[in-house]
Amino acid sequence: MNNLPVPLIVIFSILSLAGVGFYCLLATRNMIKVIIGLQLLVKGVAMAFILGGNLTGQVNLAQTLALTVIVADTIVAVIGLALAVQVRHRLGTLDIKALSTLKR
Amino acid sequence: MVYVLVAAGILACAILAIRSKRLLVSAIWLAVTSALVALMFYLLGAVQVAVIELSVGAGLVTVLFVFAINIAGEEGMELEPVMPKPLAWGLVVIAISLTIYLTIMGGGLKLILSPSADTPAILWSDRYLDILLQIGLIFAGVLGVLGFLSEGKPETQKKDQA
Repeated sequence: MNNLPVPLIVIFSILSLAGVGFYCLLATRNMIKVIIGLQLLVKGVAMAFILGGNLTGQVNLAQTLALTVIVADTIVAVIGLALAVQVRHRLGTLDIKALSTLKR
Repeated sequence: MVYVLVAAGILACAILAIRSKRLLVSAIWLAVTSALVALMFYLLGAVQVAVIELSVGAGLVTVLFVFAINIAGEEGMELEPVMPKPLAWGLVVIAISLTIYLTIMGGGLKLILSPSADTPAILWSDRYLDILLQIGLIFAGVLGVLGFLSEGKPETQKKDQA
C-alpha cells in the first residue's frame, strides 16, 4: 500500500469528492443539502487545482487559483443559504420542488 | 500511507455528510471533510491555501450552516429524491469514468514541467484581476448576509397591506 503513487491517491480523492457532490446535487430535494453537495464538489475542484500545481511545479500559481475558488465558493454558500432561509419563510418548506411557482 | 488514510477519511466523511438524517450532523461532517481536505492541501505543499481552507471551509462555512439551519429549521429529510437513486448513481459513474477516460486519452499524468519561475510573490502581487473579482464577490456576500438577517419581513408586509 505504500507503493501507490501520490497523484493517484489524490486523484481518487478528487473523484470521490466530485462524485459524492454530484450525486447529492442530483438526488436530494432539501435546499441546504444541495448547498452541502455543491461545497463538496468545489472542494474536489480546488484539490484538482492544487494537484495540478504540484505536478507542474507551480504550486503558488495553483494556490492563487484555489484561493479565488474558495472565496467564490464561500460566497455561493452564503447566498444559497440566505435564499434557503427566505424560501423557508415565504413558502414554509425547503423542498426545491416547491420552487416551481414561477411556472404558473 | 498518510495520503491513503486522508483520502479514505475524505471519502467516508463526504458520504456521511450526504447520508445523515439531520442537517446539523451533515454540516458537522462537512466541516470534518473540509479539515481533511486542508490536511491534503498541506501535504501537497499548498500551505497558505491549507490555512485558508481550514479557517474558511471548516470554520466560517460551518458557522453559516449552523446559523441557517437554526433559522430555517430541520425538515423535509424524508422526501423522495428528485430522480431514482440508481439513475443518479449511474450518471455519477458515467461522469467519473468519462473524466478518467478523457484524462488517460489526454496524456495522463505525464505533464510537462514548466521551467518558468514560480515564486511566492505571485501569491501576493500580480493578482489585480483576482482582487477586483474578490471585492465584487465579498460585496455580494455582504448582501447575502443581509438576506439572512431580514427575517420576518413578509408578515410585516402583510400587516401593512391589511
